[in-house]
Amino acid sequence: MKRILYTSAHNAWLIIIIIILNGCYDRNVDELLSPGFPAKGEIFIDDFSSDLIYAAFGGSDVKAFQIDNKETYGNSKASMRFSVPDANSALGAYAGGSYFSKTGRDLSGFNALTFYIKATQSATIDVLGFGNDFGASKYQIALNGLAINTNWQKVIIPIPDASKLISEKGLFYYSTGPINEKGYTFWIDEVQFEKVPDLGRITGSIFNGEQRNNSTAEKGSTITIDGNLATVNLPSGINRTIQISPSYFTFESSNPKIATVSTTGIITVLDSGSAIITAILGNAKANGSLTLASVANTLMPEAPAPIPNVNAKDVISLYSNVYTNVPIDSWNTRWKYSTTENSFIKINNDDIIKYYNLNFVGIEFSANQINASSMMHFHIDMWTPNATNSPNNVKVMLVDFGANGIYGGGDDVSHEIIVNSPVLTSSKWISLDIPFSSFTGLKTKSHLSQLVLSGTVSNLYVDNIYLHK
Amino acid sequence: MYNTYTIHKKAIVLCIFFLSHTFFGCNQNPIQTLPERSWVLMWSDNFDGKAGISPDSTKWTYDIGNSGWGNSELQYYTKRPSNVQLSGDGNLIITAIKESFSGASYTSARIKTKGLFSQTYGRFEARIKTPTGPGIWPAFWLLGDNIDQVNWPMCGEIDIMEQRGQQSAITHGSIHGPGNFGANAITKGYGLTSGRFDTDFHIYAVEWGEDYIDFYIDTYLYQRIKPENISGKWVFNTPFFMILNVAVGGNYVGYPTSGTPFPQSMYIDYVKVYKHS
Repeated sequence: MKRILYTSAHNAWLIIIIIILNGCYDRNVDELLSPGFPAKGEIFIDDFSSDLIYAAFGGSDVKAFQIDNKETYGNSKASMRFSVPDANSALGAYAGGSYFSKTGRDLSGFNALTFYIKATQSATIDVLGFGNDFGASKYQIALNGLAINTNWQKVIIPIPDASKLISEKGLFYYSTGPINEKGYTFWIDEVQFEKVPDLGRITGSIFNGEQRNNSTAEKGSTITIDGNLATVNLPSGINRTIQISPSYFTFESSNPKIATVSTTGIITVLDSGSAIITAILGNAKANGSLTLASVANTLMPEAPAPIPNVNAKDVISLYSNVYTNVPIDSWNTRWKYSTTENSFIKINNDDIIKYYNLNFVGIEFSANQINASSMMHFHIDMWTPNATNSPNNVKVMLVDFGANGIYGGGDDVSHEIIVNSPVLTSSKWISLDIPFSSFTGLKTKSHLSQLVLSGTVSNLYVDNIYLHK
Repeated sequence: MYNTYTIHKKAIVLCIFFLSHTFFGCNQNPIQTLPERSWVLMWSDNFDGKAGISPDSTKWTYDIGNSGWGNSELQYYTKRPSNVQLSGDGNLIITAIKESFSGASYTSARIKTKGLFSQTYGRFEARIKTPTGPGIWPAFWLLGDNIDQVNWPMCGEIDIMEQRGQQSAITHGSIHGPGNFGANAITKGYGLTSGRFDTDFHIYAVEWGEDYIDFYIDTYLYQRIKPENISGKWVFNTPFFMILNVAVGGNYVGYPTSGTPFPQSMYIDYVKVYKHS
């Protein structure tokens, strides 16, 4: 009984609050009319505002959106109905589209996009937002994973910095797919930009609000700021976090001689040294930063790798200035999940391969497989500027495609050697000369086709990769 | 604050208030003709001091524990600096934290002037920025000094500020006494037409005399309670002490949800008590 009393009182409260908000809201809108772009907030109340165009996203069911006169919020005349198709539907794979203004609107007097939403079942809408204008979408925001159910609920999507939106064309967009391969229907009504009087302050975050460090960025490299978020405390007291485009932020570098940041959130490292990258959203400092201790040339070996002295007739060379090299299909196969980049550099006229952002890299020579049956050793020279103390390591794997000479087929063999401290040393050339007998899993070696380098060091220079007797 | 069993009647009172207030809020600022009173400062704490230290022990003492405090509250009140400390820039911070502590799921702090300072009548005011979130219940309130002799509600209670964190634009002022507790508490809400209590500091005050208690938010008088307004005995003619706390959950506020942001802090710039000159 106590609980029932509480609930009914609580509902009465909400109704009263809504009355207050609406009463004040109307007045604010009148004051906002300006001679620039129309400061109109309405998108869909009982029908579309006249400046709006709807376009479905590519691959979606183009008829997913319809105007509905039956299921509406507060017995209004019409609502927006969205029919999410079943998986593998011939109509389209999902429901999604954007409502944009032909002329653009001045939204600077509002603080949120609001609407009511309900569905035929409990569901999660993949994304709802605004700022998608089918063009640059400079000020796009996304509310991801909104949980909805069979009751109407009001949704508030905050504007991170309304002063930016003086000629915004992208007014509302949505995109979502089937649940467990089944379609369903949801409705949205009373869509408008408004000034919600009891919306809390908004806080921005870059890098998901984390304090990140980067001590390996090199002069000339670029880093994209990710994790751009804004969090607002809703009138209900809970926080809502949205993804926002970098254009809402003002980025700052503590040392513009070392690093600068573009308006789109791309950091360019100009020189070696330290700089802290931060951001401002509206008038407040955003959470999250990147502390750069960038390096210019120190990442590179000062001297070339040691010159091999094995007699050329006893060598099959993959990469060396000393020997004639066999053809290699690719020095970076960019297999799935590989982040590795590479470049070919020269140090004192010695050719060296530089791998960076290394997690693993595939080096393939399957088109010209190597018959190493008479070879006794695998040789590679490597140099890393990264820390090499335990548990850091570099792994070297050789793969033989077996007698059938093709990938798969049941007879492929491989073995991986783990190299770690003290053999692995930072900022020093190390020469590995590994007997094939150590590659115990490599039962055959007459169809060698791949070399895979991996490990915990993100930068690795390699040279003089060859097999010898 | 103490033993609020249902709020049904409160809500009706509040609804009436809100309807009337709405019209004020959306038109011109209401012009009030307030009684002129001149005040002499009797007691104050500006919470000056180094960051991280506890509030002045000559002015404040603590309630410790998780008895639920008569309201089924969830927090364990401690005196640890993580729950109550000076900010270093002139504020006291009381922080509710979601953490496991001596069997409770939340910790917070409740400080009081009991045994150190109390006063009959006068102006009690504090400048506060309140916390937010469903289930968060900040309060600035007074209790009769004789509570240990006559018990609650005979001792009387004056709630200068109580808020429900799920309604961060609304504050409440209430009194409780014999016959006026639980559903019969005398209470009124005040809602901001724009902005929220957790984003800015506001001054919460009562001006209390022999036969009236006036409730203020900033300079606006939003409620006057007189002996003839209440059904029970007027027990507000003895010394009262002050309490500041942030409760988590309880009969008054409901319980925190997974969306309630933690930690939540109440910032108190100052507390001042005046007497009629």
